[in-house]
Amino acid sequence: MAETTLTHTSQMDRPRGLRGIAADWASDQRAFKNVSWGKAMMWIFLLSDTFIFGCFLLSYMTARISTRVPWPNPSEVFALRIGGSEIPLILIAIMTFVLISSSGTMAMAVNFGYRRDRRKTAILMLLTAALGATFVGMQAFEWTKLITEGVRPWGNPWGAAQFGSCFFMITGFHGTHVTIGVIFLIIVARKVWRGDFDTGRPGFFTSRRGRYENVEIMGLYWHFVDLVWVFIFAFFYLW
Amino acid sequence: MAEATANGLGQHALHPHDAAIVAKAETHQEHPIKLYLVVWAWLFILSTCSYLVDYFGLHGYLRWSLILIFMMLKAGLIVAVFMHMAWERLAMMYAIILPPILVLVFVAMMVFESDYTLLTRIAFFGPGP
Repeated sequence: MAETTLTHTSQMDRPRGLRGIAADWASDQRAFKNVSWGKAMMWIFLLSDTFIFGCFLLSYMTARISTRVPWPNPSEVFALRIGGSEIPLILIAIMTFVLISSSGTMAMAVNFGYRRDRRKTAILMLLTAALGATFVGMQAFEWTKLITEGVRPWGNPWGAAQFGSCFFMITGFHGTHVTIGVIFLIIVARKVWRGDFDTGRPGFFTSRRGRYENVEIMGLYWHFVDLVWVFIFAFFYLW
Repeated sequence: MAEATANGLGQHALHPHDAAIVAKAETHQEHPIKLYLVVWAWLFILSTCSYLVDYFGLHGYLRWSLILIFMMLKAGLIVAVFMHMAWERLAMMYAIILPPILVLVFVAMMVFESDYTLLTRIAFFGPGP
């Protein structure tokens, strides 16, 4: 790492703006100056995941534009009958609020992690995991409802056949991401609770010592899951 | 440390520590809790707004533009504040944010392609049932 080490002076007079980007990305430089490899790699993973979800949404767009058959109205398809009246899209709205809340608790967990407040960090992370699990549960309910109403990847009672395949592919992949996030949240919360990041206990898989930055990296993934839902909500459910 | 600002690059440089400069230069993000609560509240407001677009059954370009505006605002808040991108160096921002924006080129290509597919389908099979 010697060749990429920063010195005080080189940090002080790094150029700014576009010239600074070119300077940071130059061949003799470490591109991400103040970002650890763990965080940088999580960002790059999230970038690749963005392309995956981007391709899903793109193929959905292509299918929806190119079909002659009218697209089923999501507002009616996802309506729920509560108290005798049909409320459009209500379950999806609640799911959105649950996921946003989980993002909020995660952001606070990261904050308390850096303040070395183990108890609050672990509790907030477990709360995040609980909200995430609630989200997946509601999604399972939604899937069950649609499947009993006759939605299949190859057809549905209301219109264009591609609706089912797009729906199951996009929400299914997102739900998988949430589920994996919940599992990892519980794992990291356990480490925080036990004080692994204070005592420098080696991880069970990598045998490397963790830092409280692990909570922030976990948070990056979780916020990304929320971010993807923002796009799915806009393009699939509202459009 | 509660009120500490994010990008500790300059700060750390002002306080010369030991030899492990790289480790010290890697900063972590600490902001007041209030900031997160404010963003959280805004995300709730924006989500409610985008839900109301559907609830009131707005149509056409008004609906689409409102959906896109609320979506971009929410995405921006999450990435900038919750994921702390606003306090990263430009080299990092451009590396992560620029590539997804270039996906719009792909979107444009597929819009033309699917319009053509629709056209040929209508030409061969007639308008939709």
